[in-house]
Amino acid sequence: MAAVRTSSEVAFNRIAIAAVLIATLIFLAPIYWIASTAFKPKELAVSVPPTVLFEPEVTPFVRLFTKRVQMQKTVDPQAYEAAPWWEKRIYDGGERVLKVGKDVQLSQYPDRFMNSLIVAVISTVLAVGMGTFTAYGFSRFKIAGEADLLFFILSTRMLPPVVVAIPMFLMYRMVGLNDSHIGLIILYVAFNLSFSVWLMKGFMDEIPKEYEEAALVDGYTRMQAFFKIVLPEAATGIAATAVFCFITAWNEYAFALIMTNRRAQTAPPFIPSQIGSGLPDWTTIAAGTFLFLLPVAIFTFLLRNHLLRGVTFGAIRK
Amino acid sequence: MTQIELRGIEKFFGAVQVIHNLNLAIADNEFIVLLGQSGCGKTTTLRAIAGLETIDKGDVLIDGKAVQHLKAADRDIAMVFQSFSLYPHMTVFENVAFPLRATRMSSGEVDKSVREVARVLRITDLLDKRPSALSGGDMQRVAIGRALVRRPKAMLMDEPIGALDAKLREEMRAEIKRLHVKQGSTTIYVTHDQIEAMSLADRIVIMHEGFIQQVGTPDEVYSHPANLFVAQFVGSPVMNIAEASVADQAGAASVRVGDAPAGFEFPGQLLPKLNGHSNGGLTLGIRPEGVLVRHDAAPGYIPVEANIIEPLGSFDIVDLKVGSTMLRARTKAGYVSGPGEKVHVRIDPEQAHFFDTASGKSLGVRL
Repeated sequence: MAAVRTSSEVAFNRIAIAAVLIATLIFLAPIYWIASTAFKPKELAVSVPPTVLFEPEVTPFVRLFTKRVQMQKTVDPQAYEAAPWWEKRIYDGGERVLKVGKDVQLSQYPDRFMNSLIVAVISTVLAVGMGTFTAYGFSRFKIAGEADLLFFILSTRMLPPVVVAIPMFLMYRMVGLNDSHIGLIILYVAFNLSFSVWLMKGFMDEIPKEYEEAALVDGYTRMQAFFKIVLPEAATGIAATAVFCFITAWNEYAFALIMTNRRAQTAPPFIPSQIGSGLPDWTTIAAGTFLFLLPVAIFTFLLRNHLLRGVTFGAIRK
Repeated sequence: MTQIELRGIEKFFGAVQVIHNLNLAIADNEFIVLLGQSGCGKTTTLRAIAGLETIDKGDVLIDGKAVQHLKAADRDIAMVFQSFSLYPHMTVFENVAFPLRATRMSSGEVDKSVREVARVLRITDLLDKRPSALSGGDMQRVAIGRALVRRPKAMLMDEPIGALDAKLREEMRAEIKRLHVKQGSTTIYVTHDQIEAMSLADRIVIMHEGFIQQVGTPDEVYSHPANLFVAQFVGSPVMNIAEASVADQAGAASVRVGDAPAGFEFPGQLLPKLNGHSNGGLTLGIRPEGVLVRHDAAPGYIPVEANIIEPLGSFDIVDLKVGSTMLRARTKAGYVSGPGEKVHVRIDPEQAHFFDTASGKSLGVRL
């Protein structure tokens, strides 16, 4: 690098920064769109041209979490006065909240969200765990037909998964795995495992085997060396792999739609099913989507340091 | 008290045999250096002793007990790696304490042992740091500390200072020597650097292509190399090797190098010992310090022309053209002024070595 920056270098730098800013705006635009729609009054959601400035409200979230019905007549003023603020917002929209006795009936959204969380977390833990062990084996031991086995593992990703959806569905129904958490978890682990093995193998290969050898000589078994030395060293790789597996499982739509309908349904197929008939309630859908984005955003944010290093891993020799 | 013995060790990597019938007995407290070029099998031998590599044939005995079927963890041997292999996610203290944590030692004792070793190695100030914050020399001290801390039966070192720069290497060499004298444990040290080997070893084991070439004290391998490989591998600058022929010249031996016009004069007592090899099967070995150079003519000196001069500070290495053969001589700095200068040269008979050209073996003929 030159000691003094020339004017052309400065100019190039500015252009590069501008390009990055523009790219960032393009990527953030849909997220802004969803986030702003989630806080818009119903009638502004579909206004043309789009409304940019509005008074934000949380009514879409109230609608998201409650069971409601359209009211045939106007609300009784006394009941309106007695209602809490969020219920008033529902009355304002010409609907009322369904109750059993005094208890508000919740919508299915929290359950579906929970299903997503259970399926994504467990399948991620399993896929990354199994992938880490498998990758370690491939990386450290001489295995007959290693290249063929690795190719076989990768080949499971060479087909669009949805191609096998119908046979999978039939098989799942036969063994009673349809509409169950465990069924979805098995599917997602199967999806993610090949990816996890390949990614983790790259990370494992980067960890010098002298670390384990030192531990072996120092009086540890291979298993102890794996847990005490290899795992901490592989943390970056595990974090990166986990984020990708989690995102895949969290966002999966096609199989979740086909394999589940009630008990184990995850959020992705549930949210669009709320469009319902008549005029779509875009603000409620946006609210559901917005909340749905948060776990991935939080997970990724927490692991961002590992992730950055993980994605560029191996590019630079330490 | 730890003796290590290797009996008939053989090792294959696939179809390639990397160790051939290796036999070696190492005494208690001995500092053994395995010396050889890369790929000669020295590191594989070390790893076989450590238990990191299986062997295909033979026995590894520690204190008379065969250990080749034991895991590395059960051999009670410590090893220092060339890459140091300090665990990056642990502090220096934890790194040194790591071997002790594998035992049932109380944390108070662990603390005491680590601090004791740290004091000996002068790394007490570094105990809270991470390996990434250390200099190369300090990393090496920590690696040695980790090996020493549990007082193993034997220390194995695989080019432990090979990754350091020249000055630090010299310092650490002295430090390793100091430690060995002080701690006194059976040590096997692998290196390709003959200076390291000479300065550290009680005995040097020179290996080439999986075979042991010679085992001996530094003085033995330097003064009495068993074959041409050892002769050229040990010593710097490298020994001159030249085809030679011997003739009887009025009772004295005349040793002619290659197609040189005249022979060098050697005492007549060498004649009967060398006679069997006078038909082109003889190789002369002479270290550059045994090639004597002077400006004016003198008895026994033959006139030659200087070729290339390499100034090395305290001395020069001068290439001299003797017939079509080049002999390298060690002279005082600036003694020969430049290429093309005519000088006179003689070979010091007491420093000459003779080898059988075909087998490369030393004839054992020395004055």
